[in-house]
Amino acid sequence: MVETFASEIKAFIVANFLFGDEGNTFTDEQSFLETGIIDSTGLLELVAFVEQKYGISIGDREMVPENLDSLRNVSQLVARKLAAVGAKA
Amino acid sequence: MITSLLESGASIDPHRTALVCGADRFTYADLVRLSESVAASLHGLGVRRGDRVVLCLENSWEAVVVIFAVARIGAIFVPIGRSMKAPKLAQILSDCTPVAVVADARMRAVADDALTRVDGVKVQVAAGRNAREDSTRAWTAFSALTEEGADPLPVAGIDLDLAALIYTSGSSGRAKGVMLSHGNIETAAASINGYLRNTPDDVILDVLPLSFDYGLYQLFLAFSSGARLVLERAFMYPTALLELIARERVTALPMVPTLAALFTRQNLSTCDLSSLRYITNTGAPLPITHIRLLRQALPHVQIVSMYGLTECKRVSFLPPEEIDERPGSVGHPMDNVEVFVADENGRLATHGTGELVIRGSNVMQGYWAAPEETARVLKPGPLPGQVLLYSGDRFHIDADGYMYFEARLDDVIKCRGQRVSPREVENVLYEIAGVTGASVSGIPDEILGTAVKARLSLDRSVTLTEQAVLRHCAARLEDFMVPRVVEFVDDFPVTESGKIRRASPAPPLDQAH
Repeated sequence: MVETFASEIKAFIVANFLFGDEGNTFTDEQSFLETGIIDSTGLLELVAFVEQKYGISIGDREMVPENLDSLRNVSQLVARKLAAVGAKA
Repeated sequence: MITSLLESGASIDPHRTALVCGADRFTYADLVRLSESVAASLHGLGVRRGDRVVLCLENSWEAVVVIFAVARIGAIFVPIGRSMKAPKLAQILSDCTPVAVVADARMRAVADDALTRVDGVKVQVAAGRNAREDSTRAWTAFSALTEEGADPLPVAGIDLDLAALIYTSGSSGRAKGVMLSHGNIETAAASINGYLRNTPDDVILDVLPLSFDYGLYQLFLAFSSGARLVLERAFMYPTALLELIARERVTALPMVPTLAALFTRQNLSTCDLSSLRYITNTGAPLPITHIRLLRQALPHVQIVSMYGLTECKRVSFLPPEEIDERPGSVGHPMDNVEVFVADENGRLATHGTGELVIRGSNVMQGYWAAPEETARVLKPGPLPGQVLLYSGDRFHIDADGYMYFEARLDDVIKCRGQRVSPREVENVLYEIAGVTGASVSGIPDEILGTAVKARLSLDRSVTLTEQAVLRHCAARLEDFMVPRVVEFVDDFPVTESGKIRRASPAPPLDQAH
């Protein structure tokens, strides 16, 4: 599942922040902050996308690099959130 | 000389922490020693008084050290933003003909690309991550410059010498290098510290790039008052920033409206922001709703609305106790600055409405190697020997001397506090095959204040997507200049001379004066 999230989120990033430039390759682990792929306003767009796409909600306190600063971190956050929702249901 | 700003902090207490960058902490004595070593090394590599040294560095301790090292030699530092692309960097390199370039991991590829297009750069220094691994015959690792060896160089030069060139988007579409002397910087820093009242107990959190004069001056303000600078690479994670404020007991937070918009989305009541003493804002007016939100959430924090332009750094500030009464004003001139408004006939007045005109020892020496552009903004005053800076901003100054920004007189857009010349963006759009017309203007945006909008007309034989246009722009323009919105139109209204008529600039949101 994490891989599916990662490829869906990557497609969003390539389309919206790299404007479809698939030549600009970035790895699952690379820091958005360090590479500059996403800036502060881009981060808000990414969070809004993930919230809407997966029906989850990301709180202020979860807006930290450990959850959001790479493709892997974001997809793992989504997986954890969905697992928590599934466990409650 | 600006080296004396660091030395005055060091003379208060050399063992105090002057700089915090991530996990690294530096005392005043560390910074003096490092800047002396780097100055001696750069001098050994051939950097001399008056030479330009281009800094392609994100916020880092190396950037801080090298700025003071370059100043010590009497050379001129040229800070470059971290999202600059190779074609524009090449243009700046050919404009200021530097002898040295210092670049970090993120900017090295851009610098390498730009360096293939220009000659004359003798010294290339690699800083930041992987600097040693990436060092080649062309690139010397920054760490090699910090090794102590030769005796420190004496500080070279006088305060009339240039300390910095800061490039800003010009209405012509080409970047212009604002020439700032050591005296310009020192006098501006002294006047600003005069109203912010920084002391050795202050801790300034700087999340703004050092390539942007507002971010850069935090260095000078902190060090000249013996305060501490907490330098962050960027503002991205508001929660992490709030935790940093609590952990480092930050007292001062310089902002631009985009930051304030992101900051005020947070639930500030759950954070320990008791150490904060003041928040400053400049670059563009802070929307009144954000001022009110900040005042409610942080009643103990002073909010200082300020106004300035790179050409003189800062002009005015509103005393924080007046912000509730006059939230739309940027106050009075700071110490040692005089302002006027010029009416359509060029007559100067101390009150009324017109182009803001500034006089002060903080006013730049001109634009680098651009006497005509310089003559357009620096003009003689009414008395012999006077030089006046014409700001390009229309202001109203009321009978009590309070200043109100009204609009730009040209079509320059302010996005994230930085100038965007529509012409510069249009020039890039016209490079796309099939574009027959391009017009760039500002539109209101909740977060950015003003966002860049491009309208394009195309040759009938061409199809082009918004994404392809943005991809082209992102490869050439700095991030803050890349349009947020692209609209395709059939044709444009044209002026009598056949030029495309731009949409009139949009007022920033919530600026009802």
